[in-house]
Order: sequence, then C-alpha cells, then structure tokens
Amino acid sequence: MASAYLDFIRIRFLTMLAYRVNYYSGIVIYAINIGAYYFMWKAIYGSAETLGGFTVAQMTTYIAVSWMARAFYFNNLDREISNEIRDGSVAVQMTRPISYLMVKMMQGLGEGVFRLLLLMVPGMIVVTFMFPVSLPTDPVRWVIFFVMIWFSFLINTQLNLMTGLFAFFVENNEGLMRMKRVLIDLLSGVILPMAFFPGWAQAALNWLPFPAITYLPSSVFTGRLAGGDVWNALAVQAIWFAVLIVPILLMWRAARRRLFVQGG
Amino acid sequence: MQQMIFNLSLFREYIANYMKTKLTYRADFWVEVFSDLMFSATNLIFIFVVFQHTPALGDWSEAEVVFVYGYFMIPYGIFSTFTNLWNFSERYIAKGEMDRILTRPAGSLTQVMLENVDPPSLIGSLIGLCIMGASWSQLGLAFHWYDPLVLIVMTLGSVLVYMGLYTALATISFYTDAPTGIAPLMYNIQNYGRYPIQIYNKGIRFLLTWLLPFAFVGVYPASFFLERHRDLVMAWLTPVMGVIFWAIGLWIWRRGVKRYRGAGS
Repeated sequence: MASAYLDFIRIRFLTMLAYRVNYYSGIVIYAINIGAYYFMWKAIYGSAETLGGFTVAQMTTYIAVSWMARAFYFNNLDREISNEIRDGSVAVQMTRPISYLMVKMMQGLGEGVFRLLLLMVPGMIVVTFMFPVSLPTDPVRWVIFFVMIWFSFLINTQLNLMTGLFAFFVENNEGLMRMKRVLIDLLSGVILPMAFFPGWAQAALNWLPFPAITYLPSSVFTGRLAGGDVWNALAVQAIWFAVLIVPILLMWRAARRRLFVQGG
Repeated sequence: MQQMIFNLSLFREYIANYMKTKLTYRADFWVEVFSDLMFSATNLIFIFVVFQHTPALGDWSEAEVVFVYGYFMIPYGIFSTFTNLWNFSERYIAKGEMDRILTRPAGSLTQVMLENVDPPSLIGSLIGLCIMGASWSQLGLAFHWYDPLVLIVMTLGSVLVYMGLYTALATISFYTDAPTGIAPLMYNIQNYGRYPIQIYNKGIRFLLTWLLPFAFVGVYPASFFLERHRDLVMAWLTPVMGVIFWAIGLWIWRRGVKRYRGAGS
C-alpha cells in the first residue's frame, strides 16, 4: 500500500523533470524575487540598524531562506483538484482503492522534493555567494529547520486541499484560489515578516495558520527565535497540522455525498 | 476599418455572453471582484506597514509610493480585463481548444482575448484612480488642464506594454507542452515596476526598463505627475515602449500560431 503512494511521489518527480521550461522559469522567478526584495529591503532600512528586531544581515537571510522554503512547500494542488472535480475525473479516482487526498498530497511532495533538490539547494548556494547571507553554524538548527519546513509543506498542502475541495460546493472556485494565494504570500511572512505588522495584527495572526508556513521556520533559521521559543514554534506547527485535518475530513465526507459532475 | 467594426460587434456579443454566464454564477462574480481587490490591498498593506518603520524608500515618501501604486492599478485593471491569458496553455493548448479558434474567420488573438474577457477587473482601475486622486491632493500637486489627457496616453502606453509582454509569454506555450510554466512567471515578475526604480541595482533596473519593461507600468509614467521626481524622457517613452512591445507581442504570436499542431484528442 505504502509503495503505491511512494510511486506517486516518484512519478510526479519524473514529470517535473520532463517539463524543463517550468524548471528554468522557476529559477528565474526565484532569482528575481530574492534580488528585488533584497534591494527593496536595503532601501527600506536606509541608514537604520535594526527594524522590527531584524538586523540587515538577518533580514537578508530571512528573505533568501523564506523564498527557498517557499520553493519546497509551494504547489498547485488546489488548482489540480478543482480541475479534476470540474471535469469529473475525480469520480474515477474515487473508485480506486487508495485515498484521493493522500495521492494528491504525495504528488505535491514529489513536486516539493524536486524543487528542494534541484532548485532550493543550488539556489541557496548561489544566493550565499551573491548576497550577504549568514547561515547558521549550529547543525541542530539546520535539522530543526528541515523538520519545520516539512510542517510548512504539510500545512500549506492542507490549505490547498481545502481550497481545492471547495470546488465540490461552489461551481467555480477560481476567485477563492486566487485569494488564498495572495493571503498566504502576505500573511505567511514571505514578503513581510510578522514582526513588522502592528501589534494588534500580530495578535490576530497568532490565531491563524499562515505564520506557521514561513515566518516560524525562517525566524528559527535566522536565529530570531532561539532556545525554548524554537520548540514552541515547532509545537505551533504540529498543532496546526493536527487541527487542519478535521475540516478536510469533514469536507471530504460531505463532498462524497454531493459530488455532481458538470458535463463530462 | 471594416475589421475594426467586425471586432467591435464580436466584442458586444462576447460581453453579452459573459453577462449571461456570470448571472448563473452570481456568487463567484463577487468573490472574483473581492479577490482582485485583495490582491491590490495586499500590496498596499505592504507599503503601509513598511512605511511605519521608515520615513522614505530611497528618497520617495509614502504618499509618492502610494501614488505610483494607484497609477499602476489603472492600466493593470484594463489589461486584466482584456488580456486574461492566465490559463491559456491549459485551456487552448493542452485541451486543444485552439482548433476551434483557428477554424473561425476572426483573428485568433482577438478571439482568445474576447473569450476570456473579465470586466470585474475594471473595478480595480476605478479604485486606482481614487487612490491616485487622494495622494494627488495629499501631495498638494498642481493640476494642469492637460493632466487628464496625459494620463490617458500614459495609461494606453502602459496597457500596451503589458499586453505585448503577456501575449509574448503566452505564446511560449506553443513551443512547449508545460501546462503550468508561464502563469507563475507572469504572476511574479509584474510586481516590481511599481516601486521606485532607483532603489534597485543596475541589473534589475536594466531588466525592468528594457527587457521586461514593467517600470513603464508604474514608476516612469507616474513620475510625469510627481514634480519632485519628474523624468520627462522616461515618462514620454511609455507610449513608445507600449507600441514597440505590442508589435513584438503580436509578431511573436503570429509566428507561434503557425507552430500549433493540435492536441490530438
């Protein structure tokens, strides 16, 4: 059974390899994003030493590592699922003796592993040469970081599954998917660390799953969070992962009852 | 001329059809409007939050950066209305819908653009205009009789820059089967022309000015109205760049269409 799921990871990995243009355009995107945000933050800092508790060096590292982590956890599962729901092929998949949601998750993982090995690792090396990035020297921090971006992947994928499954309940969830993408980029901390938000916004964000996706792992990596806070951050991620399972299962159960294929 | 009238009549038909489908999915319409606005709100939030920590970006004040953003929203809204090519490669290449397009007498690009027309995006343009107006008075800029005319010319130039670039990028899908290759590229790079170009290093500035000239959809044309940052040469290059890039986009599209072989299904 497990080997069937492993195959889904492998197949997606190979599919990604086949689409070279995607790979090259991915490299260009991440290079431009990191570069542009680096210069923007340099201008924002101006002559200031620290802003929002981040030094310039920490901020540079934060931007680089956040984008690189995004390469790993990012996927388009929401779009894939809603396409399959709309063209009806989800019905065939449901008859198979494997869990549809798990298959999707594994495909997302195949994509993530592909980008981790072929984009994130070489990208990180290039970035350290180009920009004043300071990597942590403590091996424990590296290990924790990789555990944390694993949770980032899980949580982000869960949100994608939920957004995709909405296609069962509304005829067209295009707007919802766009909204989710924008929300995650803003509120997860990729373009703006949570520490920059005003106090009330930070308090509100603590009750949402988004900061667990980027802000927490990147803060640990840059050393903004240390000691007991690191374990706290990890616990927050684990709790969000557990909590988000509930709505997905509920949606999935409701969806199976009301599946209705448009056209076909 | 006759072609033009024919296309306009097509446009009317497509809009009528659009209305009918949207009336069936009414809730989606509002979700879509809302999500478009969220996208702009996100970027404005970024600007507002950042300026809580710094008085200036380069030597641009908050109101000036917001002004540029407001300007950007106007051409961006018009562009998204008519060039909604985000799922071009999925829908027309992978699923082979291009077959249907090519058997008809109207221009292929015209049809693709009209089939995906997305009027709710225009609401973004209106809000952009309001934002621009608000920062205009906040900055105490003088108002000349020719300013609205210049704004129209600049907007047209910016829209053409965008349309040309995105048509060219969509054409890539004639050459590769990658179903998702271009959309994220489009989504990401467009972000950077709306911030003061002076903050970037030479490489990115060159990229945003001459290669992927997104700076002509933001900071250059908007600088015409900002007395402190006025750069007349770059501002007036906007319509010129618009025509050049639109021509390039069209030319690439025509070449790409010839390569289309159908999806075989």
